[in-house]
Amino acid sequence: MPEQEVPPEPSGRDRLIRALKTPYSRSQLSAAVLLGVLGFAAVVQVQANDQDDQYVGASQQDLIQLINSQALAQERVEDQINTLENARDALLNDTLASQTALDLARSQVAALGILTGIRPAVGPGVRVTVDGPPLSVGTQQLLTGIQELRSAGAEAMQINESVRIVGNSAISDGPGDSVIIDGTQVSAPFVIDAIGDPTALDKAVFFPEGFAEDVEAADGRVTVRKLDRVEINTTRTPTPPQYAEPVPEG
Amino acid sequence: MIGALGLALGVVLGIFLSPDVPFWLEPYLPIAVVAALDAVFGALRAFLDGIFDDKVFVISFVSNVLIAALIVYLGDQLGVGGQLSTGVIVVLGIRIFSNVAAIRRHLFHA
Repeated sequence: MPEQEVPPEPSGRDRLIRALKTPYSRSQLSAAVLLGVLGFAAVVQVQANDQDDQYVGASQQDLIQLINSQALAQERVEDQINTLENARDALLNDTLASQTALDLARSQVAALGILTGIRPAVGPGVRVTVDGPPLSVGTQQLLTGIQELRSAGAEAMQINESVRIVGNSAISDGPGDSVIIDGTQVSAPFVIDAIGDPTALDKAVFFPEGFAEDVEAADGRVTVRKLDRVEINTTRTPTPPQYAEPVPEG
Repeated sequence: MIGALGLALGVVLGIFLSPDVPFWLEPYLPIAVVAALDAVFGALRAFLDGIFDDKVFVISFVSNVLIAALIVYLGDQLGVGGQLSTGVIVVLGIRIFSNVAAIRRHLFHA
């Protein structure tokens, strides 16, 4: 604190010049320390002020408002995040559901394709060869054979690599030694390829009073070869039902 | 001479260290700096008047800073920190101006 004025001799300017020329004195040292502290603090404060002068002048109310608006914005964004996450989950579920439906449909198509003879099929099975003297083996025996193979779980069958036998196949006598299956004429020797459990199919053929005995009774001969891989390459084009309609589900 | 050196040294240190102001110190530092500035100008005037006393300078410097901080603290507690800070700055500013006027008269005789 400045004290009261005193007589002005020597002049202030002289004192200042003398002080600047004096290298050291106790009062100068203490002044230097305090001035150093002042300079340091001032610079630090200026720098701190530069760092964030955006909110320095703001009143408490402004700051509260600012914080509130930030909180609101955050809430909004969180809402948005929730909505988007829900949408994403829904879409994922949808995708999953349609994927499942698609997989189901695909496996159904595969199963139905084999069942209805639309698709070629491959798998373990048997090759049944039926042979005999002319006019010995005919519709009767073949029907029995196909029936028994089917009962034993044959999943796909073809005759003579030319006709696929399906659920609604029909067999009738043809001219001479031949039979007509679904409009295609096949003649002996008959070779039935069947896909299924080879052992079960083999047993079904040689069942007592079954196919083999039936054929042998007509002087024919049956041989069965169990195969690890039977290829059924014949297919048939599905005919859309003319009279039957599926009953709507549910 | 070394007074000016001390000031320069403090400024240089502040620039190069550039420490972060601790949070609790943040409201007090600006007022403290202005209060210290007032003490320095008062001391300079006293020096030119030929009545400079380093003990008086040190005490006035420290007490100025402490009282400024106290006022700000009190103002914050009372909820009028901003206004009180402004008041302190105004008063100190007036004192600085009057001191500088005296210094000017001494140095330039005008």
